[in-house]
Amino acid sequence: MSDQTNSGPVVAADGRPLKQSLQRALRREKLRALMLIAPLLIFVLITFIAPIGDMLFRSVENRIVSETLPRTVIALEDWEYESGEIPGEPVFAALAEDLREAVKAKTHTRLGTRLNYELTGMSSLFRQVGRKIRRMDPEQPWREQFLKVNKKWGDPEVWGVIQTYSSPITAGYFLNAVDLRLTPRGVEQRPESERIYLMLFQRTILLSALITFMTFLLGYPIAYLLSNLRMKTANILMILVLLPFWTSLLVRTSAWKVLLQQQGVVNDVLVWAGIIADDQRLELINNATGTVIAMTHILLPFMILPLYSVMKTIPPSYVRAAKSLGATPFTAFRRVYFPQSIPGIGAGAILVFILAIGYYITPALVGGRSGTFISNRIAYHISVSLNWGLGAALGALLLVLVLALYALYDKIVGIDNVKLG
Amino acid sequence: MGKLPPYATLGERIWHYAFYVICALIFFFLIFPIVVIIPLSFNALPYFTFTPEMLRLDPAGYSLEHYRDFFTNSDWQKAMWNSIRIAPMATLISVSLGTLAAIGLSQSHVPFRGPIMAVLISPMIVPLIISAAGMYFFYSRLGLQGSYWGVVLAHAVLGIPFVIITVTATLVGFDRSLTRAAASMGAGPVRTFFRVQMPLIMPGVISGALFAFITSFDEVVVVLFVGSAGQKTLPWQMFIGLRENISPTILALATILVTLSILLLTTLELLRRRSERLRGLSPQ
Repeated sequence: MSDQTNSGPVVAADGRPLKQSLQRALRREKLRALMLIAPLLIFVLITFIAPIGDMLFRSVENRIVSETLPRTVIALEDWEYESGEIPGEPVFAALAEDLREAVKAKTHTRLGTRLNYELTGMSSLFRQVGRKIRRMDPEQPWREQFLKVNKKWGDPEVWGVIQTYSSPITAGYFLNAVDLRLTPRGVEQRPESERIYLMLFQRTILLSALITFMTFLLGYPIAYLLSNLRMKTANILMILVLLPFWTSLLVRTSAWKVLLQQQGVVNDVLVWAGIIADDQRLELINNATGTVIAMTHILLPFMILPLYSVMKTIPPSYVRAAKSLGATPFTAFRRVYFPQSIPGIGAGAILVFILAIGYYITPALVGGRSGTFISNRIAYHISVSLNWGLGAALGALLLVLVLALYALYDKIVGIDNVKLG
Repeated sequence: MGKLPPYATLGERIWHYAFYVICALIFFFLIFPIVVIIPLSFNALPYFTFTPEMLRLDPAGYSLEHYRDFFTNSDWQKAMWNSIRIAPMATLISVSLGTLAAIGLSQSHVPFRGPIMAVLISPMIVPLIISAAGMYFFYSRLGLQGSYWGVVLAHAVLGIPFVIITVTATLVGFDRSLTRAAASMGAGPVRTFFRVQMPLIMPGVISGALFAFITSFDEVVVVLFVGSAGQKTLPWQMFIGLRENISPTILALATILVTLSILLLTTLELLRRRSERLRGLSPQ
């Protein structure tokens, strides 16, 4: 333009360069958005993310040995397990002094419990020596006195375990969680009778996969029907899907518990219909069958809803075109309709699978022995056995699994596309 | 599905009707367990199956005994009041913080939107048992374990993702020129929010609140770990009842809860319609 003579930057009304002014406005807008989000973000970080972090920390934390027996840990540094000999008098003296303090603070039993996870018998060993330590004579050599209390103090294995677990951070819990253990000789497999966690993980994954497949099998026809009916009819039938979705989880679980009992409605009907004899009532509950049936029912809406939302976008004209070109209905479905519904299957399947592998309540109530999941074991370690480290390590492994699946879900569906109801 | 064309083959006809039968069976599977507990809850005897009297529709076979037990038994009543005290407070916290954040998140320029969203949604993704374990450890350190506020905070954070999702969904269709128009006519940000934005996103806020409420009201895993006997809620009492000696009172409560969820579902459906109408998405 000829009349534009000033070659300087474009300015805003207040005389500042426009670029600067716009940047300032943008900054202010960003700040305002962050200010609105900040309270919630801080709330979630404190009440949720910090607890998860705490749990992850507990899965490797192991300060108890070095805190309860500080002198022993230092004295043990020069001792070598490979020598096959038990440590010398200075180590026993250090242990005696540590134990005196530990007994006063009543922490020796906790230490014994901790070490018992790694070597059976440690708990009673510490309890026993804790009772006797005060009556021991400081003038006499400690080593003989300890050995008199219990021969086990002469076992290098005991000292090896104390040394191995003296570091403040340990991978021991994670190794336990995959049926291995950290011994003075290195990482080994646990004895056959103690290997349960890999089996539990495997069972959790297999049963979840089975449940996912069942929900797909039952959900696909329903989603197909709903997406091909008239809007009005579909909305009414949709209520039948949404009602279970909105009904309390415990209500649904108790319904199955009532129905599947040996004296329950399902068995009664089967006996009445003459399908099974009265003395051969089926065991449908307190085993894996119960878990699969109840969880398939509970998770079915989570498969139907994503499938339905994808199927509704498939134009019916494609199938019609395929048929007009000579495809049989089956071929038209298999080659044209089904491939277009795969994104819905993916979304629904991952969602159901993620929900299934973390389930606790339903397996706990209807799973019996053979139908429990890894989460039931985590709960057991946290509230019954009090082996918190192992519970946390199992939880961390489950969390990694879920987050990996979630990343996959995010890639396929996107977090922003999560729809409810 | 539509009608069958007149030229459909016999096989196609058979499949057409077979498909309806299959769907009917699946619907039956979905709805039967929920419906069947309703008549069973009126059983006069403490059994979990239909007695011959019930099948004959003899009034003697039915009674309100289990309902009476629910409303007079002190364990159940205590649990009910605990639930009533905890769920609304948790909902209030998640809705107020969640709505604010959702408005912030739907602005056009939000730095770190992805990571923030991931953090806010995470309570829904992480398996409940892991959340419960973490909260148990961490809240014990803070002295919140076994307290009313511990349970309320835990339930509030579990409800957050639902509020975020439902409110951001309503904000997606929100016409930003409306707030600009309000501002140009001299309304301050607070007034614009309450007079213009709030009424429009209200359906989303209410359905988020319902989700948050039901999350807390139906939650058992976290309360088992974070709560103590003083915070025993209805689901907790049900869980105990189901694990130990299952009593028919559970069926009475289950029936009450099913009625509650029907009411909830109806409310949500009405809200959805209202929201669509307000935003002009469907011709009404």
